[in-house]
Amino acid sequence: MIKKILIILFFSLNANAALEVTIAQGKVEPTPIAITQIFGADSDTARYGNTLRQIISNNLTNSGLFYTVNEDLYIQSDNLVEKVPRFEDWKLIKAQFLLSADVSKSDKGIRLRMRLYDVFNGKEIEKLQLTIPNEDLIRRVGHTVSDIVYERITGETGYFDTRIVYVSEIGPLDQRVKRLAIMDQDGHIDSHQFLTDGKNLVLTPRFAPNNQIITYMEYKNNLPRVYIYNLKTGEREIVGDFPGMTFAPRFSPDSQSVVMSFSDPNTANSEIYLMDLNTRSLSRLTKDSGIDTSPSFSPDGEKIVFNSDRGGSPQLFIMGKNGDNIKRISKGKGVYGNPVWSPRGDLIAFTKLTQGNFHIGVMDTNGNNERVIVRDFALESPAWSPNGRYLIFHRQKRSNLDGTGGEVTIHFIDITGYNERIIPTPRDGSDPAWSPLL
Amino acid sequence: MLKKLFMLIVAGFFLASCAATKTEQGGDVDAASASSSSGGEITAGTQEDLIVNVGDRVFFEFDSSELTVDAQATLDAQAAWLMQYPDTNITVEGHADERGTREYNLALGDKRAFSVYSYLAQAGIDTNRMEYVSWGKERPEVIGSDETAYSQNRRGVTLVSN
Repeated sequence: MIKKILIILFFSLNANAALEVTIAQGKVEPTPIAITQIFGADSDTARYGNTLRQIISNNLTNSGLFYTVNEDLYIQSDNLVEKVPRFEDWKLIKAQFLLSADVSKSDKGIRLRMRLYDVFNGKEIEKLQLTIPNEDLIRRVGHTVSDIVYERITGETGYFDTRIVYVSEIGPLDQRVKRLAIMDQDGHIDSHQFLTDGKNLVLTPRFAPNNQIITYMEYKNNLPRVYIYNLKTGEREIVGDFPGMTFAPRFSPDSQSVVMSFSDPNTANSEIYLMDLNTRSLSRLTKDSGIDTSPSFSPDGEKIVFNSDRGGSPQLFIMGKNGDNIKRISKGKGVYGNPVWSPRGDLIAFTKLTQGNFHIGVMDTNGNNERVIVRDFALESPAWSPNGRYLIFHRQKRSNLDGTGGEVTIHFIDITGYNERIIPTPRDGSDPAWSPLL
Repeated sequence: MLKKLFMLIVAGFFLASCAATKTEQGGDVDAASASSSSGGEITAGTQEDLIVNVGDRVFFEFDSSELTVDAQATLDAQAAWLMQYPDTNITVEGHADERGTREYNLALGDKRAFSVYSYLAQAGIDTNRMEYVSWGKERPEVIGSDETAYSQNRRGVTLVSN
């Protein structure tokens, strides 16, 4: 079910620093890149080539940092893997970078060769060759090449060879059937898989930062509890043996523990607990009569941001990893929730309800410099891309008394607030969470 | 004050017009057919009986798990009813409207369910007869993105479980 790790053979990897860092605060002008036909000698390899070109072009364009120069404008139509390009031809059509590749069959499987050129400086900046055992891995190859191009040109870590786990939704809003589902980050239908059968309500899946394990909440036998799901083995397991509801799980940065809320059945008071998945030892981190939930670790594992109504209304707080030094950080008006610490460590994404609208925003880890990224009637579940540049979240439309409306979709946005787009899902989708790089 | 009055009307309307009340387990309890055929045909001690003759639910203010005066009156009646049928076990479900995050609303729904549960316990109902569970904002009673729907979705529902 889960794809094997790519067998990647780099025969050359240029280690120079990034050439053209186009990223600044605010709006980014996309960098023009030309991508030649990805050549194949027979119908199979030509087909793989078309698929790969499409994946790479879509990925780069969707990042908002590139656009693919229209193929119709290309003057030179050769395979440029072994041949030096006529850079003048590419300059003329204002391509700043040029990617060429070919696909062939070898006794070990399918071989891809790729060259990336800096057109303005007239030189090759990256080349690679990789072989995969079968065509099931074609999409992963496309994502891997996209990551290499993205990293080489922007100097940032890529995020294309990743997956998104989310909750697939169908049915009337008052009897919604929800299933865990997973797909490539681009939402391509060929990559889509359901992980649960819809019999039990499932909510809030989150990826471990270092492996292919998910933690989520499920109403098994109508008992809401936190589970983990190992994507490699397909094994599912309850986290801990709690006499009441456990919810709002997230992994620690080392993926060895789960931090979550537990509601004491004798008080219905939700507190934050940390459970070590190896030793099964449990530590209680909060002690307050208010609701404490939605914990999220800082990437260094030293702090936890969480949601609490201990001061009256729901706000964001930070504490040490052992529950010490609790400090409120949210400063604005409104009701805050869903804090998520950026993988870069510098920002906290959150939702805020104020003046009848939900907002998704980011703030510094001390609560300063709050800014709203997107605002709408119903927004929730911000989740970071593994490189910390993008957020995914869900957006829900208003529903009506006759049962219409309420459509919920998964969206992608640059934290600058630009380049929002829907990530397509076969049914409605909510609670998205991003995997680490595969 | 006005708001409270509105809640009362909503609650009253709800009880009177309860054609088919969904249970969270997916079954439909057809209260109307039971009561319309003849008032005497409701089986005593059942969910239908509770809905029609007592009231199976209480409503909460926004972001609150405190029982209103009306809610307490309903729960007093539920407690008396549960005393009358000592073999009846119940599950109390706590629910929230859609204007909060999923996780916060799970916690809030739990507090609401517990408010009902502990009120009934204090009224003398054996806790061995009762369970409670939160459904957060996952199972609205009324679909809609307005206060009319929300006020009916912020609820604690008592379900006969045996």
